[in-house]
Amino acid sequence: MSTGTEQLVESELDTQEAHAHHGPAKGISRWFLTTNHKDIGSMYLWFSLVMFMTGGCMALLIRAELFQPGLQFLEPAFFNQMTTMHGLIMVFGAVMPAFVGLANWMIPMMIGAPDMALPRLNNWSFWILPFAFSIMLMTLFMEGGGPNFGWTFYAPLSTTFAPPSVTYFIFAVHMMGISSIMGAINVIVTILNMRPPGMIMMKLPLFVWTWLITAFLLILVMPVLAGVVTMMLMDIHFGTSFFNAAGGGDPVLFQHIFWFFGHPEVYIMILPAFGIVSEIIPTFARKKLFGYSSMVYATSSIAFLSFIVWAHHMFTVGIPLMGELFFMFATMLIAVPTGVKVFNWVATMFRGSMTFETPMLFAIAFVVLFSIGGFSGLMLAIAPADFQYHDTYFVVAHFHYVLVPGSIFSIMAGVYYWLPKWTGNYYDEKMGRLHFWLSFVGINITFFPMHFVGLAGMPRRVPDYALQFADFNAVSSVGAFLFGFSQLLFIYNVVCCIRKRNQATDRVWEGAHGLEWSVPSPAPYHTFTKPPKVD
Amino acid sequence: MQTEYQEYYVPHQSYYPIVASVALFCLAFGAGSIMTAAENGGDFGMILLFVGFLLLFFIIISWFSTVAAESRLGLYSPQMDKSFRWGMGWFISSEVMFFAAFFGALFYIRVLAVPWLAGEGEKGVSHLLWEGFVNQWPLMTTPDPSLFKGPEQIVDPWHIPLLNTILLISSSLTLTFSHKALKLNNRTATSLWLALTVVLGATFLYYQVIEYHEAYTELGLTLASGVYGSTFFILTGFHGLHVTIGTIMLLCILVRVLEGEFSGDKHFGFEAVAWYWHFVDVVWVGLFIFVYIL
Repeated sequence: MSTGTEQLVESELDTQEAHAHHGPAKGISRWFLTTNHKDIGSMYLWFSLVMFMTGGCMALLIRAELFQPGLQFLEPAFFNQMTTMHGLIMVFGAVMPAFVGLANWMIPMMIGAPDMALPRLNNWSFWILPFAFSIMLMTLFMEGGGPNFGWTFYAPLSTTFAPPSVTYFIFAVHMMGISSIMGAINVIVTILNMRPPGMIMMKLPLFVWTWLITAFLLILVMPVLAGVVTMMLMDIHFGTSFFNAAGGGDPVLFQHIFWFFGHPEVYIMILPAFGIVSEIIPTFARKKLFGYSSMVYATSSIAFLSFIVWAHHMFTVGIPLMGELFFMFATMLIAVPTGVKVFNWVATMFRGSMTFETPMLFAIAFVVLFSIGGFSGLMLAIAPADFQYHDTYFVVAHFHYVLVPGSIFSIMAGVYYWLPKWTGNYYDEKMGRLHFWLSFVGINITFFPMHFVGLAGMPRRVPDYALQFADFNAVSSVGAFLFGFSQLLFIYNVVCCIRKRNQATDRVWEGAHGLEWSVPSPAPYHTFTKPPKVD
Repeated sequence: MQTEYQEYYVPHQSYYPIVASVALFCLAFGAGSIMTAAENGGDFGMILLFVGFLLLFFIIISWFSTVAAESRLGLYSPQMDKSFRWGMGWFISSEVMFFAAFFGALFYIRVLAVPWLAGEGEKGVSHLLWEGFVNQWPLMTTPDPSLFKGPEQIVDPWHIPLLNTILLISSSLTLTFSHKALKLNNRTATSLWLALTVVLGATFLYYQVIEYHEAYTELGLTLASGVYGSTFFILTGFHGLHVTIGTIMLLCILVRVLEGEFSGDKHFGFEAVAWYWHFVDVVWVGLFIFVYIL
């Protein structure tokens, strides 16, 4: 057996030699069989874009229904499926894969590595995703409809009272978990093992640092998610009673395990964003990042704290007073390292020679709007106040402020920032700025009024609402459509940038520093096959 | 100080990942169809599941054979070796967290949920639901015995579980002896100790099957016998699954040793499986203490 494989591998190596220090393979097989971190990064990013538009359409359906009180377009049962799917798709299909795509493209180039450490595993991590999401989306067409219990899938809604398709949902989550864990292992191994001599840890670009910490979070919490959905599966099909009090279990146990995964998960969606912004602001402020090492320590502290704050999602579920107090104060502690980061970004800009290209606009908007989301987070952290805010639109406003102008804006900033390096062409700057301003105005119109209706008591996940909330909901819906349709500009701009010739320089941005800017634009198929000199 | 840099081997193209993804899809969709479509026949699901297993089996064999062949051809630099080590280490960490979720559930239920259900502590209002429910562990009487009939007896830790503890701990020792022998290039001793490890692992599994059989037929301890049965079977079940996988991996390593593979200083495949086996062993010690004894 072994000699046979050896011959196979050898003949494979021969064809590789024939590929004359290999460029990409021809045809469609390039994408299916690739081991190249840039190809895989691109696939992740395109996949994420498709999911972003899919989840976005669902959001627009939700906003269309909520444009005025009463039931207009959607059955309440289908509305529930839309809120659930919108959340799941945006979290697992849009934001996470986009960050993994950026990591794939940029980490090897930033640290001077020839590729990701485990290239075949890398491709597997990607290709699991389209299959997992096909299963997830297919549930919408199954008998009884798709998952309708909210993206947090609390038991017993997701067990005793769930539609039959929940079984497929569980397996889809398992597949995403496998993909994320393998992707995270790859990132960690690449960063720890593939650095050229001289690239010490405290010289790593901040995007690399934040991704390293994110990958640790992924490895520690994705298996817990796998565990909790497995317990759901057992409760549904095999007669166990983990989440059923009649057998001695506890539905609240579900929430504990879910949020033990879920809270680090939300930091998985923001730490890489911190990294991207920390790359962009110094470039366009033409100053070194202020407080590099404090940024590293702050990120690590946030990651650590994320493990001991999960029950702040559960203040109203009935946990002992000591628990409420502990989780309240631990949560507030997070404001300290987060504050360190925000002040560092501001200090970086202070007295810099700033210019406001599209990536910088998105990055500055990130700092401002993410801080708003952070402040509403502090309000929610106050346990007694949370009894009023819990499960209202205030919560929706809060997490959309950290996820849309937070994670999504940072991804867009990153794409505009690195696009000329990927494609070798500049994008249309005017259109980019237009896209930014439309998005900026759009999301604020959408999400800011949600604070008000939330404080006034409008519950989340409802297809109909009391008349008093009508005006603000109408405003929100208008903003949502503005934001949604302005994303078409983004797609158009990216496609044009790939097709049109508007040759970018190697450095791309005047103030850019780092190894990724030392290679030609577009970046050759293989970079740093020999370790670069780092000083 | 700087030695010649050996290029990091990046394989050119590979169909393994995409086929493995298709396999996962078949497994997931097949299992889903079987579980949800029991009434209108899960034949389609069975076929998918079968195809999925077949594909996955095929991919695992060929993927690992390719890696071994590449290693023999000297394509892997010391840096590559380190990548594999880091990769395996972090994979095991993720497995630790998988078990941590189930142990966490067990502790939460024992320490908080069941006492609260019985009206203890400040959350004790819930005893209004099932008046007269008593806090005890093992939970022999569930809050609602008409829905979940509690177990009649539980597994005695000092019979089969104790034996299994001895079996697994000795298997870790024999595996270490095998590893020591391999390092000294004593190949006969390597294979013998390794074979003994496989036998010990298989014996463990044999006794676990007997224990499960007894639990179901004689003790009334099943998945459906309330939360005691749930936690018992999910913890020991997933551990047993890991022992099964570990035994199969050890068997593969044994075959490779017999075929003359691995050298005294280069045998990461062996070490990776050994790490995995020791991890499974440590989990068992946790199980023995927290599931069986306490």
